[in-house]
Amino acid sequence: MATSTTAIEVAAPAGADDVGQGVARPGRRPRLLFLRNSKALVGIAILVFFGILAVVGPWVAPYDPDQVSTALLQPPSGAHWLGTDHTGRDILSQIIVGTRGVLVVGLVAGLGATALGVVVGVTAGFVGGLGDEGLSALSNVFLVIPQLPLIIIIAAQLPSAGGITVALVIGVTGWAWGARVLRAQTLSLRKRDFVEAARATGERTWRIVLAEVLPNLTAIIAAGFVGTVTFAVLSQVTLAFIGITPVSEWNWGTILFWAQNNLALQRGAWWWFVPAGLCIALLGMALTLINFGIDELVNPRLRSTGMHARTLRRRGIRPRVGFTPVVRPTGAGARDVGRAALHQEPHTEEDR
Amino acid sequence: MRFVLRRAAFYLFTAWAAITINFFVPRLLPGDPVTALMGRMQGRIDSNAEESLRVLFGLDQDMSLWDQYVHYWQMLLHGDLGLSFTHFPTPVADIVTQALPWTVGLVGIATIIAFLLGTAVGTGIGWRRGTWADSLLPITTFFSAVPYFWLGLIAIAVFAVNLGWFPSNGSYDRGMVPSLSWEFVGSVIYYGTLPALTIVVSSISGWILGMRNMMVTVSSEDYVTVAHAKGLPARAVVVGYAARNAILPQVSSFALALGFVVGGTLVMEMVFSYQGIGYTLFQAVSTHDYPLMQGCFLVITLSVLVANLVADLAYAALDPRTRQEG
Amino acid sequence: MSVHTTVPGAPDGAPGASPQTDPREPVLEAVGLTKHYPVKGAGRGSGRGAVVHAVDGVDLALHAGRVVALVGESGSGKSTVARLLAQLQPATGGRLLLGGADARARGRRAFRRYVGRVQMIFQDPFASLNPVHPVRYTLTRALRIHRGRLRGDELERALTELLERVHLTPAERYVDKYPHELSGGQRQRIAIARALAADPEVLLADEPISMLDVSIRLGILNLLADLRDRLHLAILYITHDIASARYFADTTLVMYAGRVVESGDSESVTQDPKHPYTRLLLASAPDPENLAERPEGTPRGEPPSLVRPPSGCRFHPRCPFATDLCAAETPPLLDVGHGPAGEPRRAACWGYADRADAPVLTSPEVTP
Repeated sequence: MATSTTAIEVAAPAGADDVGQGVARPGRRPRLLFLRNSKALVGIAILVFFGILAVVGPWVAPYDPDQVSTALLQPPSGAHWLGTDHTGRDILSQIIVGTRGVLVVGLVAGLGATALGVVVGVTAGFVGGLGDEGLSALSNVFLVIPQLPLIIIIAAQLPSAGGITVALVIGVTGWAWGARVLRAQTLSLRKRDFVEAARATGERTWRIVLAEVLPNLTAIIAAGFVGTVTFAVLSQVTLAFIGITPVSEWNWGTILFWAQNNLALQRGAWWWFVPAGLCIALLGMALTLINFGIDELVNPRLRSTGMHARTLRRRGIRPRVGFTPVVRPTGAGARDVGRAALHQEPHTEEDR
Repeated sequence: MRFVLRRAAFYLFTAWAAITINFFVPRLLPGDPVTALMGRMQGRIDSNAEESLRVLFGLDQDMSLWDQYVHYWQMLLHGDLGLSFTHFPTPVADIVTQALPWTVGLVGIATIIAFLLGTAVGTGIGWRRGTWADSLLPITTFFSAVPYFWLGLIAIAVFAVNLGWFPSNGSYDRGMVPSLSWEFVGSVIYYGTLPALTIVVSSISGWILGMRNMMVTVSSEDYVTVAHAKGLPARAVVVGYAARNAILPQVSSFALALGFVVGGTLVMEMVFSYQGIGYTLFQAVSTHDYPLMQGCFLVITLSVLVANLVADLAYAALDPRTRQEG
Repeated sequence: MSVHTTVPGAPDGAPGASPQTDPREPVLEAVGLTKHYPVKGAGRGSGRGAVVHAVDGVDLALHAGRVVALVGESGSGKSTVARLLAQLQPATGGRLLLGGADARARGRRAFRRYVGRVQMIFQDPFASLNPVHPVRYTLTRALRIHRGRLRGDELERALTELLERVHLTPAERYVDKYPHELSGGQRQRIAIARALAADPEVLLADEPISMLDVSIRLGILNLLADLRDRLHLAILYITHDIASARYFADTTLVMYAGRVVESGDSESVTQDPKHPYTRLLLASAPDPENLAERPEGTPRGEPPSLVRPPSGCRFHPRCPFATDLCAAETPPLLDVGHGPAGEPRRAACWGYADRADAPVLTSPEVTP
């Protein structure tokens, strides 16, 4: 087209009304928003800590976790920071070395379950009709069947239920929740105009799914992944505690298994079972915090309004359900009503 | 009641799926568990049992898979879950029937208490959003991240071993003969308190969080603002408008989370050596008693399905939309 | 209202209407276009196989460099017509001719060739752009699909040119923006640019301005008019705002309950409506010069059920002139005179038939 000059000329009268407004807003990207969330930041920090531990664990552990010694069932001391177990093995080393097993299983199970969930959920949502009915029924079945007993009977009958095997079993049984959430979201996305527009542009179906639909599901997929990892960690630790996975593979559940079977409770050896549990709790908390961050990103209504609440209180406004601030007419406070209303939640794009 | 019928049909389908999974799991997994087992048990198992095991595990070469499946169903419909081989020749069905009431009593009651209490607390926190109540959130986060059984361990260490307030294991005083006397019931309650409390404490956080988030979401709806605007007392708004609507997803998520919660709390039975299904499953796993394991899984699943159906009935009663449907 | 209140070729008529009146073949033509949707949950009441008669036997011809407006209330089937023409949905019946040849695309390649020539603009620019992709991605995809692999400078040039065509200048200010950083008007311009990337011959605009602020609607309409003139596009302009049809379109079709009830040049249709429904539609628009006076015979009743549409003329339950004939037989599109440039005008109303039992149309309003 050789008419670009005309275009600019025409643009002045015709387009001046809307062109040129609203472009000054800085390009705030959602990713940065996520990192500004303090909860998510704490969660990521803890996760990174355990991640490093999982990589370098065997080198930084003070002892070989299987190394028996004569210091039987010692409380924490300078030599053994977290004490020893009934055969004199160092518990701190067991925890450090066991980190890798926990994280690897969590990661593998999370990846497997998420992949299955994405495939089933997005397919069901996008295909619709009979395929959708079948796939949703399948995921509902897997949702309702209690997972842990199912995992137990599968894992217990496998000849060798090592870490990766357990991870795969957890992945195969734990995808349903993600699939369900993704299906619902895909259903609503499929009806959006931009999917239709992509079709009208001539995009292929697989490209519409991968490039148009999936990126809009990122937050939900991430949340589902983190949730599954949490579940996988808990399940795997539980399996190890019950004694289904080989006790020669160190993870935090194995430590608890030894503690339980050697009457650590009755002997008052708190250092044996408390630290491992706290590690599990810490890791689980980190994952949950990350999920909160994602949730608040997706649903801005959940954002905590701590600061905001404090300002309101200072002005004598009580925030309650509905967040319609109610002002006691004490003279000075009355004028703040308008301003308080301005403080209401920012309803951003993600809200739609 | 179209809604309830549809749900009931779905649960029937799920029951069928669970039973079918139960049938196929031992057949699809590699290896010959029976031979491995006979070797491990070293003749402690009767040779008759071996035959019945082979049938159960589908290692009976004379029958096609379909015939085995039909046979399996026939056995099931007669209430025959096979024979346990740690307690040989006690039928699995008998063991499971003995254990089930204990589980329903402990896990069931504790879960319902946790749900009701958690929903109430969640309503409060969601209502007082932006105040000190928000600081309860990290605590609930911590509890939701802890494995249930570990809390059980801590509870035993603190309240049973150190303080000696409660017994550390068992479900009633071993010196007593089970009967319907006050004394026995009191003993059951005494032994059940600590496990029940632990289950409540560990599972309550999920309900609190769920209800809190629903309250926050519902609270920004226009009808809540309108209720405020027409001057209703805060209490009426919270209970009649916000919580009334927030409870619907809470109930449906109760149905969905039940499988998860029950799975977690069953481990608690193992920690407390409480003679329910979970403990039985634990013993079956540690003694490789496959028929018992599968029987336990089946009974657990079916119980969860029944509980789900009840939750759906409650949902139908709470949600006018399901009533209108037909 | 008397018949010739307006002077032919009124100054507010659409620009550039004169030279393209040649009788060439239409670019895109639909003959007897029909779309029936199966009713969900069939079996309850309406019986099995019940369908929604969304579009019934619509004839339509789009000519290069001309704008056809399709006017109707919500649910009249006008948006379905756009989706059928874009082949986003398969038609139940009727033919689709592109450049005179059957254009029913079977298979992906044929469909891609088709959309290369027929492009669509959606109603809601807030929904039709994917929020996760910047403008660059959206336009690059459209360019690559229809113009093959473009890289580096070549791609940059094509992007700039596209943005300049829709008057988003300087282009580099917009090319890396995300949809949420743009205003509604800007987004709609991006959507138009995406459609233009294919170098189409036909542009189907499904209510392109109804979701925009009133203040920027004119800008978008002028842009479309400009594109029509410079690129010689055939444009289908779908709207419920009959006033904008008069401003923008050369030809106007009025749809009611899935059927075309009146067609003709925009000026005549809007100034001298023949079909009782068109009269009703125009009468319901507020008159800026006399807001206080509500004309007699404002629309009564509601749009009919499209599952079981009324027999005969679908408008007869609401029509003040309806007779037994209207309820019994479906009126064809009858010639009802000519526009200022001699274009034929048609209306699907028995009132214009030479039959003894035809209804008598009286003027709906008496000009004081």
